[in-house]
Amino acid sequence: MKRNLPIFAVLLVLLAAIALANPFFLEPAGFLAFVKRAAPLVILAAGQYFVIVSGEFDLSVGSLVTAEVVIAARLIDGNEDATWPVLVLLIGFGLLVGLVNGAVTTLLRVPSFITTLGTMLILTGAVFLWTGGAPVGALSQAFRVFGRDTLWAVLILLAVGVAAALLMRADFGRTLVATGDNERAAALSGVRVNRVRILAFVLSGLAAAVAGILLGGFAGVSAQVGQGLEFSAITAVVLGGVVLGGGRGSVVAAMAGALTLEALFTLLNLYGISGALEFTVQGVIIIAAVAAGAVRLPRIFTPRKGDARVAS
Amino acid sequence: MSRRKTMVAMFALVALAGCTSDKPAATVTSSSAAPSSQAQASGTGEQSKFFDQADHDAQLAMRSQTPEGPADKPWEQAIAPEMTDTAQYKKDGPYHLCFSNAAVNNPWRQVGWKTMQAEVAEHEEISELTALDAEGKDDKQISDIAELQAKGCDALIISPNTTATLTPAVKGACEKLPVIVFDRGVETDCPVTFIKPIGGYAFGADGAEFLVEKVPAGGKVLALRILPGVDVLETRWSAAKLAFDKSGLEVVGVEFTDGDAAKTKSIVSDYIQRHGKIDGVWMDAGATAVAAVEAFEDAGRPVPPINGEDQQDFLQKWKDGDLTAIAPTYPTYQWRTPIIAALKILNGEQVPKTWNLPQPKITAETLDTYLKPNLPPLHYALCGCEDMPGFPEKWGGQK
Repeated sequence: MKRNLPIFAVLLVLLAAIALANPFFLEPAGFLAFVKRAAPLVILAAGQYFVIVSGEFDLSVGSLVTAEVVIAARLIDGNEDATWPVLVLLIGFGLLVGLVNGAVTTLLRVPSFITTLGTMLILTGAVFLWTGGAPVGALSQAFRVFGRDTLWAVLILLAVGVAAALLMRADFGRTLVATGDNERAAALSGVRVNRVRILAFVLSGLAAAVAGILLGGFAGVSAQVGQGLEFSAITAVVLGGVVLGGGRGSVVAAMAGALTLEALFTLLNLYGISGALEFTVQGVIIIAAVAAGAVRLPRIFTPRKGDARVAS
Repeated sequence: MSRRKTMVAMFALVALAGCTSDKPAATVTSSSAAPSSQAQASGTGEQSKFFDQADHDAQLAMRSQTPEGPADKPWEQAIAPEMTDTAQYKKDGPYHLCFSNAAVNNPWRQVGWKTMQAEVAEHEEISELTALDAEGKDDKQISDIAELQAKGCDALIISPNTTATLTPAVKGACEKLPVIVFDRGVETDCPVTFIKPIGGYAFGADGAEFLVEKVPAGGKVLALRILPGVDVLETRWSAAKLAFDKSGLEVVGVEFTDGDAAKTKSIVSDYIQRHGKIDGVWMDAGATAVAAVEAFEDAGRPVPPINGEDQQDFLQKWKDGDLTAIAPTYPTYQWRTPIIAALKILNGEQVPKTWNLPQPKITAETLDTYLKPNLPPLHYALCGCEDMPGFPEKWGGQK
């Protein structure tokens, strides 16, 4: 927990700054509204964490979120009875995309950057082809309640957060970090590296499905809903102190990073700074955080036997 | 451990930079006060550089003029038409029409495109319609227009992606065959006719005037725009700005939503929190109006006067919530007119040089005639397609 302190300190400072500009933020309703809005990004960050800490990337989550929402609208088409079957299908689709990403990356040895970039383009094109550029259909009220009702959204977020933290404490978590830290060493000590990485991608796909369900619920059908989310998720994870290249960082800090990023966006909006700056801010954060990590590395570096990731 | 401290310092710096950086001119809030040049208290900022007073006045005047043509077919009507001779283009059918479409990437263009295809199907004398979709790219549309000239078209319909960039391509096509431009314009009068609804100034003014009437003096209005710098959207806002400047209303914010529902909802929620109360919402397009309304619902506040557009989801929300609302329109029935114009031109009949179509607004009185529950939520009500074969299934509706 001590290692995570910096990101929590930053988060607290930002939350205090928001509260200063907007006292309503201190009331339960105001704060929970913020948590609800942040929930999809926090969940995506948790999913992205699993992939990043295992030494890979998942660039496909943004377009997967869009695909989930567009598919949901088309299949439900305003019909309340269709809600639950479609929810199951959406989760299944998220798992499947994650499985494909993982299998292609590990079994076919395509670098995950390329695999998931390809998936991103495939999904974007497929969604465009299927919808002709504009989504059709409508979501049902029962579907929208998860993202729109504050209590539901917060409960789902808590459940995902606790599950992610428990998962990292279990054997799976240790093998995942070991894989990202030193693949060869992990493999030699009996970790099934491929299986662990595939699972990480599957978890990321699952997270994207849940985030899509929440986002669709929050604001309704839109073909732009997932735009840029993959970068927000990676920014959040990096902001949480997780090292790109894998092997270091905690999932709780990654989720705190997502909350921090969302708090930063809220603050920018509160102070009337153009939304266009959001991308700039993300860019600065990614570079600054990675640079901050790299600049100090040589001084604290103590050579370990078999550490293959010195250069990263 | 010290590495972590460095990171904290970096993040703090980033955060600080975010807090203290200057506000860009494009985003205007009440706290930034009005720009010095105009010293207006209404908080609307400086006038757009796209603003043209004469066009503005002409459009606002057109709203009350009676259009010529059959009243039950607004897509054939024209306001104050100046007819142009087309005898030189007269030829015998059957006709091969060509269409260079800017894009079909939003629900408005989808409804329009379906309506145009249905119009073509109604005319036996059209043997073929060759359409190319430029996918929102200027360069693709320029090559599309060149390609269509080699296809033996009898007339070319163009819906330009952007105004200035497409002008040379349109000029080139004008030399080869009769050209019809609609929706967005070009900077040349070489097309035989240019078809458009009244325009963006009228759209923006319809919404703003409604708010000025319904919101009590001194009320706080939030203006939501899609993006800056697009002429057809700038005109909408600049007309609204003029109306707000003359009124006693306070525009507490002018924000850009990118046309994104989640972003719209977040922005409106933030404004409700920050100001406690928002008394009116103006929008330059209705696609995210439902998200704005939901922000008030989710905050447990009454929905203030708001303008949307003629999309079914907004009309339904309006009806269900008994909102104080208005829906200016940019009618999709304008997609029928280019086909009708092409046939007139090839018949040698006169057409208006600038074909100004009527641009109605939906009010509480006319809401019920436009709200059609059997149509999909993203359908635009003013398609003029109700009597066409295949309605409503072709437009995604249910019988």
